[in-house]
Amino acid sequence: MENLGNGLVYGLATLGPGIGLGILIGKAIESMARQPEAAGMVRTTMFIGIAVVEALALLGFVLAFAI
Amino acid sequence: MTTMPVIAAAEWGGEFEGALDPISALFEFPAILDLGPLSINRTILIAWFMTLVAGLIFVVAFRNPQIVPGKLQAACEAIVEFVRENIALEIIGPRGTKFVPLLTTFMVFIFFMNFAKITPFMMLPPTSRAAWPLFLALTAWVVYVGVGIKEQGFGSYFKELAFPPGVPKVLYVILTPIEVVSNLILRPFTLAVRLFANMVAGHILIVITLVAIHVFLPSFPVGWSLGVFALLVSPAVFGFELLIIILQAYIFTMLTAVYIASSMEPAH
Repeated sequence: MENLGNGLVYGLATLGPGIGLGILIGKAIESMARQPEAAGMVRTTMFIGIAVVEALALLGFVLAFAI
Repeated sequence: MTTMPVIAAAEWGGEFEGALDPISALFEFPAILDLGPLSINRTILIAWFMTLVAGLIFVVAFRNPQIVPGKLQAACEAIVEFVRENIALEIIGPRGTKFVPLLTTFMVFIFFMNFAKITPFMMLPPTSRAAWPLFLALTAWVVYVGVGIKEQGFGSYFKELAFPPGVPKVLYVILTPIEVVSNLILRPFTLAVRLFANMVAGHILIVITLVAIHVFLPSFPVGWSLGVFALLVSPAVFGFELLIIILQAYIFTMLTAVYIASSMEPAH
C-alpha cells in the first residue's frame, strides 16, 4: 500500500511538469522556426526553463522515496 | 553485486514488497576500509578512479600542446572552447572569461562522475549519493554569493537580493521572503536535487532493465518474451542514459553560469 502511494506521488508529480515542458519546448521550437538566427539564444534560454520546470518533477521523485 | 537483493527477491517468485524495500541496497555499500566517517567504500573508489581518468586525459592532452593539435588535444580544446563560447561568454558576458576554469571543471567532473553509471564493471554513479551533488552545489553557492558580494558590495548585494527595485512597496511583504528563500536556499537545493534525482532514477532504470534480462531470459516458457524485450530495449536505455549524463553536466554548468551572471550585475 505504501509502495502504491509512493508510485502515485511520483506519477502525480510528473503531470504538471509534463504539461509545462510540452508548452515550453513547443514554444521554443516555434520561435526557432520563426527566427532561425536567434536559435542559439532561444536554445540556451529553453534549457534554463527546462531545468527549472524539471526540478518540480524531480522533487516529487525524491519525496516519494523520502516520505 | 549491486543487484543481488533485487534478483533474489525477483527469483523468489514476485516478492516485490521485498524487492522494493531495500532500494538503498542499490546505492549503499559496506566500507572496504573502515575509518569511521572517512571510510572507503565502492562509491569512493569509483569517484577516485573517474577523477584520475579525467585528470589524466586532460594532462596528457595539454602536457605538450601543439600548434596543430592532435586528436586528443583537439577534443579537449573543443570542450574548453564550448564552455568558453557557449556558456561563459554567452551567459555571463565578456567578463565571464575568468570563470571558464571553474565551469569547465564542473562540467568535466560531473560528466565523468555520471559516466560511471554506464561504464562496465562500475555501473554506479557517485553522484547518486546525495553528498556529491550537494557539495558541488555548495561550491556553486559560495562562488555566486562571493561574486555578488565582491562585485556589488556586501550591503547592496543583499539589499538588491531581498528588495528588488521597481516594485510597489506593499508587495515587499510577499516578495522579500520569496526572493530570499529562492535565491539563497532553493537555488543550491534544486541544483543538487536535479543532479541527484536524475542519477538515482537513471541507476534504478538501468538496474531494472538488466535485472529483467538476467531473471526472465533464462526462464524459457514463462516470461521469456519479457526478457527478449528487455534485451532489445537495453541499448536504447543506455543511449538515453548517455543523453541524460551529458545534459545534466551541461545544465549544472549552465545554471551555475546563470547564477553567477545574476549576481555580477544588479537586477533591472
